[in-house]
Amino acid sequence: MTAATTVTAATAEPGQEQPPGRVSGTGRARASWDRLRRDPAAWVGAAIVTAFVVVAVAAPLIAPYEPAGSQWIRQITPSDVPGPSEEHLLGLDSFGSDLFTQLVYGARQSLVIGVVSTLLGLLAGTVLGVLSGGIGGWVDTAVMRVVDIMLSVPALLLAVSVAAMVGRSSTSVMVAIAVAQVPIFARLLRASLLSQRGQDYVLALRSLGLRERRIVVSHMLPNSLGPLLVQATLVLATAVIEVAALSFLGLGDPDPAVAEWGRMLVKAQERLQNDPQLALWPGVCIAVTALGFTLLGESLRQALDPRARR
Amino acid sequence: MLSLVLRRLGLLVPVLLGLSVLLFAWLRALPGDPARAMLGERATPAGIAAVNRLYGFDQPLWQQYFTYLGRMATGNFGNSTRTGQPVLSTFLERFPATVELALAALLVAICLGIPLGYFAARRNGSWLDHLAVGGSLLGVVVPVFFLAFLLKWLFALELGWLPTTGRQNPRIDATHITNLYVLDGLMTREWDAAWDAVLHLVLPAMALGAIPLAIVVRITRASVLDVLNEDHVRTAEAKGLLRGTVSRRHVLRNAMLPVSTTLGLQAGALLAGAVLTETVFAFNGIGEYLFQAVNQLDYPVLQGFILAIAVIYAVVNLLVDISYGLLDPRVRVS
Amino acid sequence: MSAAADARRAGALPVPPGESLLSVRDLRVQFVRRGAAPVTAVDGVSFDVGAGEILGLVGESGCGKSVTSLAVMGLLPRRSSRVSGEVRFAGRDLLTLPQQQLRDLRGRELGMVFQDPMTSLNPVLTLGTQVTEVLRRHEGMGRREARERAADLLRGVGIPDPARRLGEYPHQLSGGMRQRALIAIALACRPRLLIADEPTTALDVTIQAQVLDLLQQLVRESGTAMVLITHDLGVVAGLCDRVDVLYAGRVVESANRRDLFAAPRHRYTQGLLGSVPRTDANGKVPLTPIPGSVRDMLPWADGCAFLPRCHRGDDACRTAGIDLEPRAGADAASTPPHRARCVHPAGLDDAPGPAGAQPAGAHAVARPDGAEVRP
Repeated sequence: MTAATTVTAATAEPGQEQPPGRVSGTGRARASWDRLRRDPAAWVGAAIVTAFVVVAVAAPLIAPYEPAGSQWIRQITPSDVPGPSEEHLLGLDSFGSDLFTQLVYGARQSLVIGVVSTLLGLLAGTVLGVLSGGIGGWVDTAVMRVVDIMLSVPALLLAVSVAAMVGRSSTSVMVAIAVAQVPIFARLLRASLLSQRGQDYVLALRSLGLRERRIVVSHMLPNSLGPLLVQATLVLATAVIEVAALSFLGLGDPDPAVAEWGRMLVKAQERLQNDPQLALWPGVCIAVTALGFTLLGESLRQALDPRARR
Repeated sequence: MLSLVLRRLGLLVPVLLGLSVLLFAWLRALPGDPARAMLGERATPAGIAAVNRLYGFDQPLWQQYFTYLGRMATGNFGNSTRTGQPVLSTFLERFPATVELALAALLVAICLGIPLGYFAARRNGSWLDHLAVGGSLLGVVVPVFFLAFLLKWLFALELGWLPTTGRQNPRIDATHITNLYVLDGLMTREWDAAWDAVLHLVLPAMALGAIPLAIVVRITRASVLDVLNEDHVRTAEAKGLLRGTVSRRHVLRNAMLPVSTTLGLQAGALLAGAVLTETVFAFNGIGEYLFQAVNQLDYPVLQGFILAIAVIYAVVNLLVDISYGLLDPRVRVS
Repeated sequence: MSAAADARRAGALPVPPGESLLSVRDLRVQFVRRGAAPVTAVDGVSFDVGAGEILGLVGESGCGKSVTSLAVMGLLPRRSSRVSGEVRFAGRDLLTLPQQQLRDLRGRELGMVFQDPMTSLNPVLTLGTQVTEVLRRHEGMGRREARERAADLLRGVGIPDPARRLGEYPHQLSGGMRQRALIAIALACRPRLLIADEPTTALDVTIQAQVLDLLQQLVRESGTAMVLITHDLGVVAGLCDRVDVLYAGRVVESANRRDLFAAPRHRYTQGLLGSVPRTDANGKVPLTPIPGSVRDMLPWADGCAFLPRCHRGDDACRTAGIDLEPRAGADAASTPPHRARCVHPAGLDDAPGPAGAQPAGAHAVARPDGAEVRP
């Protein structure tokens, strides 16, 4: 649906042009790497993503308290939630837990759901893409019709239907987001495989008598990994936002106290007037994380294909 | 041109049929039996039996599917399990609100996005360009509902410039004809009603328009940069045409082609974003109703709305394809 | 001729006495890119074109000939290029002219035909719009009048059924037709100078000759001055009065057409002539291609840029100040003088070149019309 996937219209500067002439495989990888290293956007993106992963993995070490403990529930009044103090860096949340702790554990939740759902989507999309682009014929037609149908419903609504079907849980959010991502990966891989079909090296392999399946799996598929990796990074940005959106719609884990950025935002809605910080922090966390993945994905894309502007 | 439209319509049929199969399967795959799911917590054995008879759940599956298809085709989506109202009439009643919101958001995206993207490209590398690129990146990564919160908090709660919720002040006794409140106000010359509806639209439209705005800026910018490098622009310059003529006739017009496609693709994002935005601003459109349906697991509403949205989505994309044909003679003639 | 051309339009600025219509002096173009050393594309080029005269700018791709033409028209991107020197057109320096005045001149007094007709027309506008807009802009014509003139113009360049064509889009026309349309646009306001940048390169051979004939006819009839940019010596032989040969951003030889073909002085010009296959030699004369490519060059500051590819070059060529000047008494005597930028000019230097190079140059004289020599 949103944003990060559809907007791929690249960053400020068109990348450095590759020198003319043939570049060997390793030379090209090296050139890509050099471009990536010189791109400040890549550094910022990588820094944000690294920080995000570290916080998520080391949450118990970083967070000062137990999550979702409601240890200070008695300090919460209908009109007031205590703000920052010495014990609580960012104050409390509306359930009486430490806001900072909740945010830290929220990173964990976002990372797990985001990564798992993207992996699921990538896997299913790859299978569909290989079937469609690798086999072709009626299989291609059938698969693409299914993908068309999936695309005929806006991704968030697709996710809503899936989540509504499977029930409210983190698992259903993962499945829902994964399902919404399948068409993106399937189409990308199909296009990439189809464009390789007519290339000379595929004809050469075929003339060597290699089996079609072998050509697709061990030669064409590896060549498509770059674009898939780029897309997966960009989709992770969307996934983080969608996790929040689905929780916002009430489709996440049914336990309201569970640390999840989207849900924290929903709960903050009631107290927007007096305690806007409750909405501010989780929102900033979502935006910064999504920004990190988007920057990283777009610099990867430019590094791999300097001429791609869109 | 006509054949293009017919061909596109023809492609639509299998997609919608496939979707109906999926939605049917979905309804049947709900946890527990469908009657119980449809009745929700009010399920009694007698009620379940009645629903089973009513919807033909005791018949073979294929027969059920065709019955279901017939009902869908005649616009009978069933009744909401929450309110008991017919799904279709609720949808039609609330749809204009969403249309009004989506149009306002599109207006924001187009009126700000195209000039911004254009000037960013023209002054490639300037501070304006960096601002446009950075801002559009921000617009894409900030979640819609968070932006809605921020806008509501700042402009409605803190500054008090704009209303927090709703579509129109209930104390205004406005006449409603189309249920597009602004249009109604203008048609009936109830200027205060129209103005009030506009004020209520500003914040939701800004929140909902943020992502399309960001995307329009980026696509316009990239597209203008591409066109500026094309030979025919140099020809136009060599003719000594005025700067404005070159910009409008030879650069912008060509650059609009990819922008119009992108706008079509944004229809889906707009509908999805409307669910979130309408919820934050209690804007009585289909989005807000869908939010309630999700929270109450109101399956008939979910299924009917999703099918309806898919149809609208498809029609919008069809219209975009046609407009593309009007803009680009190469498509039109072939 | 000059007086006739001036009289065509009331209010057109007169060419000061003793000056050519277009006079380019020491034109220098550098491309600058952030984080990269500036690249000099044109390195001090000077030439003159009078009314009714056709000047050929010849060279391989990358020698700076297209950049020169764009610099004259003021069409180089302002942010990434540095242009210096002087481009005097009818007594005014186009390089220092305010943008708006330059716009008034372009399309009216200065016309340009580009290399690739497939991409040089706007694909989403009808031909009619693209022809009439220049008339409406410069001649102040109304819609109807402009349309009638546009139809006349299209007929004039040999496009059949012009009234119908005006309503069509570029993709409905063939490449040759598109190039004719572009010529019609360039000549719509009867400019005093026409720059044609490889006008036939993208066309089929049969169409090339037609388009060249058309250009020549139109130019001769109206007394327009023309700068023809090409890498094709056949085109030059058939059309041009004078020829400037460019290499690595500098003029290396400048002569009347006949002198150039009869006695090329610069080794590069000689090489170019030796690279043209001939239909009249019965396969007896082998081709003598120039080894290497334009990229193998010396900076002019270190000597002759052509040295790495030259079979005659020696250490004497490694000097900075090789001037463009007449290399023999006879060269100085012709008008304008036959000048070359070479330390060991061909035909005047006793050291023998490899077989083939010399006859190639000499042989070219025998050909009355260069059109035959094109592959």
